[in-house]
Amino acid sequence: MKYLGKKFITLIITLFVVSVAAFLAFQIIPGDVVTSILGTEATPEREAKLRAELGLDQPPVKRYVNWMTDVLQGDLGVSYRYSKNMNEMMPVSELIGDKLPVTLWLAALSLVLIVVVSIPLGVLWARSRNHFLDAVLGVVTQTSMAIPSFFLGILVTYLFGIVLKWFIPGGYVSYRENFGAFLGYLVFPAISIAIPKIAMTARFLRNSMLTEMRSDYVRTAYSKGCSDRRVMYGHVLRNALMPVVTFLGMIIAEIVAGSIVVEQVFGLPGVGRLLISSISTRDFPVVEILILYITFVVIFVYFLVDVLYRVIDPRISNR
Amino acid sequence: MKKRLFSCLLMALLTMAALGGCAGGTEESSGDKSSTESLAGSNGTQAGAPTQESTASGEPVYGGSAVVGIQQDIDSLDPHKATAAGTKEVLFNIFEGLVKPDENGNLINAVASDYTISEDGLVYTFTLRDNVKFHNGNAVTAEDVKYSLERVSGLLDGTPLISTMSTIQAVDILDENTVQVTVGSANAELLYSFTAAIIPAGSGEEEAVDPIGTGPFSFVSYTPQEGIVVAKNADYWQEGLPYLDEVTFKIVTSADTALLELQSGSIDIYPYLTDSQSQTLGDTHQVIASPSNVVQALFLNNTVAPLDDVKVRQAILYAIDKDSVNDFVGGGSGTVISSAMLPTLKDFYVDLNDVYGNTADVEKAKKLLTEAGYPDGFDLEIAIPSNYEFHMQTGEVIVEQLKAVGINATINAVEWNTWLTDIYNGRQYAATISGITCDQTPGYLLNRFQTESSKNFINFRNEEYDKTYLEAQGVQDMAGRSDYYAELQQILVDEASTAFLQVPANITAISKRLSGYKFYPVYVQDMSTVYVVE
Repeated sequence: MKYLGKKFITLIITLFVVSVAAFLAFQIIPGDVVTSILGTEATPEREAKLRAELGLDQPPVKRYVNWMTDVLQGDLGVSYRYSKNMNEMMPVSELIGDKLPVTLWLAALSLVLIVVVSIPLGVLWARSRNHFLDAVLGVVTQTSMAIPSFFLGILVTYLFGIVLKWFIPGGYVSYRENFGAFLGYLVFPAISIAIPKIAMTARFLRNSMLTEMRSDYVRTAYSKGCSDRRVMYGHVLRNALMPVVTFLGMIIAEIVAGSIVVEQVFGLPGVGRLLISSISTRDFPVVEILILYITFVVIFVYFLVDVLYRVIDPRISNR
Repeated sequence: MKKRLFSCLLMALLTMAALGGCAGGTEESSGDKSSTESLAGSNGTQAGAPTQESTASGEPVYGGSAVVGIQQDIDSLDPHKATAAGTKEVLFNIFEGLVKPDENGNLINAVASDYTISEDGLVYTFTLRDNVKFHNGNAVTAEDVKYSLERVSGLLDGTPLISTMSTIQAVDILDENTVQVTVGSANAELLYSFTAAIIPAGSGEEEAVDPIGTGPFSFVSYTPQEGIVVAKNADYWQEGLPYLDEVTFKIVTSADTALLELQSGSIDIYPYLTDSQSQTLGDTHQVIASPSNVVQALFLNNTVAPLDDVKVRQAILYAIDKDSVNDFVGGGSGTVISSAMLPTLKDFYVDLNDVYGNTADVEKAKKLLTEAGYPDGFDLEIAIPSNYEFHMQTGEVIVEQLKAVGINATINAVEWNTWLTDIYNGRQYAATISGITCDQTPGYLLNRFQTESSKNFINFRNEEYDKTYLEAQGVQDMAGRSDYYAELQQILVDEASTAFLQVPANITAISKRLSGYKFYPVYVQDMSTVYVVE
């Protein structure tokens, strides 16, 4: 309980610091949302009116406090940039709520791919020591780790989209229209995200298993007559998976928060793309909430990993 | 920089190779007749206007749908508040003004069936067309017109939404079909501003209404970052239009994905292809280049040393080889210009290309620099908004050209918002490459160079210019203005105010399953005449 409380306080403090930092960054960078909206056609009257409408004519500290008060009361505000209809701007919660499923489904799909491929691959690799497969996997994983996901995205687009014509690049189908086609389109961005992570996880699992294999308990297991299979899956893998869980946790945080680049490459209207366009149009309410969301996801996933760790390995909570 | 120019050259070479291996490739090799015709037409000579309508094939068929690729997200669903050209080109299909532009650059009657302007140019009387209905089914009344005009002119709440309309003093309803507008000062170009959308009375202030207009298509839905969907307005006042049941304007993230989507058929029309891309599209599409309404220039800050010396500015103009800029960045599809006017505004444009020449005159440039006291040249920073690939590429070429005369130019890539704040509004720069988009009125392109204009971001100061501009405003018929406007263009060139470069081409690709697409000299995507070919 004490542990939970401590974590919770850390979460609140981090979120607060991050929100202040984002707000300050917006004060420093040149241009504001008014210049962005009115562009070269700005007149002093329209600028003044828009500033007043958006509340930007107030001093920065007051604006921050107002914003914070609203957020604490559950009102995330409205976007400066996106209209809902002729007279209203899009509420931030609605805007992000609309984009979030894209990013979350992409993350889920990527994670499934990572787990399903990397664990068998890691085991296979660990068991093929001094074999020719060992060398091949070594080179392949090394290479795929080195390729940045945006470049991989371009390669995937080229190979599956243009050469093989398995999907239409940029031909995103909204999840509201056709969920099946939507998932089908997400497979390829998910592959681009997953490949480097699969390589990392497989390598990590292999190393972890090789370390475990040298342990005393393995020798004991063999000497008491356990089959190779039983030693591998019953003892070595279970222990070797422990650090991999932590590693996967870090990866989850990374993909939920950071599919930004891949969304850009595949033209996916998820929160990553929303974040980038909102920064360039200085859409403060949207940017601030998105940054808080990303911060929250990272901290929360780390927290979950921590808890999970205690469940899997009771030794930790005793320490 | 050298390396970048080299890659530019390499790309150009590759393009040429793809065209059949010779420099005249654009004119000779491409098999598609329609594309050759227009590309050649705008190649240097600017001989004839491009084909105004994509070649009609097959009988018009009603029904079906089309997807148009657009570059930017919608900045507002309120037609009076939308400022981005990328938004106006879409809203053109939903809203109409009392008058609207046609494909020849003229104004035609829309919500109004007729209008008269008093002799002194101060009173406009509009007669409303019968049977024009809003998308919600209500007939357009004089009340709606009054409300719309009062809203844009600022009579409603003190803030003019369209600055040229702020001259409106009163809007009076004479009878149920006649509206009289009184303006403060006569301006022959004001009529263009009556293209401002007519919307139902009160709809700008009411809560939560979808955009309602009188255009050929009605608003269906808008999803940020994805696009906007419109449906056929069955009650449209123009008999027989539109043909399509539904049009989707889909936001395309980059020109590269646009090309892929065109090829795969997920978009049918894309108006902003690059020259090299247009070569890779097969005969499934019609590719047509038409002059845009953008004046691209290397803008020079006339008050920053050493550019405050007219000789230095002239040296820069002599140093620039506009023909090769056009060839490198647009594959020769642009129209080289030397004045501030669009060549498509035929009555007002003056060809001043001979003054400094379209190719570089290095000797003359060096001589002028020596006279000005810079025999060894100087350092010049060119700020360019980095989101415009076209301007960035232009910069690469110009930097090399300026080096040839000893000017050590460098590119400073700035973010669009920074450009707006520091350069356009703040005027903190020496030189910048950008474009001015002209909505139609020739005066728009010239009024910004008056000393006191808030848009005079090059700090041009010339009494003769200011005087001539004011005199021109006093002339009530447009034909009478052309002499004044010619003089203004001459002053800008004589003073070497800025290095005008070219009017880039809009290269449009249209799927062959569609026909009837019309090209406008202004930035609009008119879908009302587009139909599916059987």
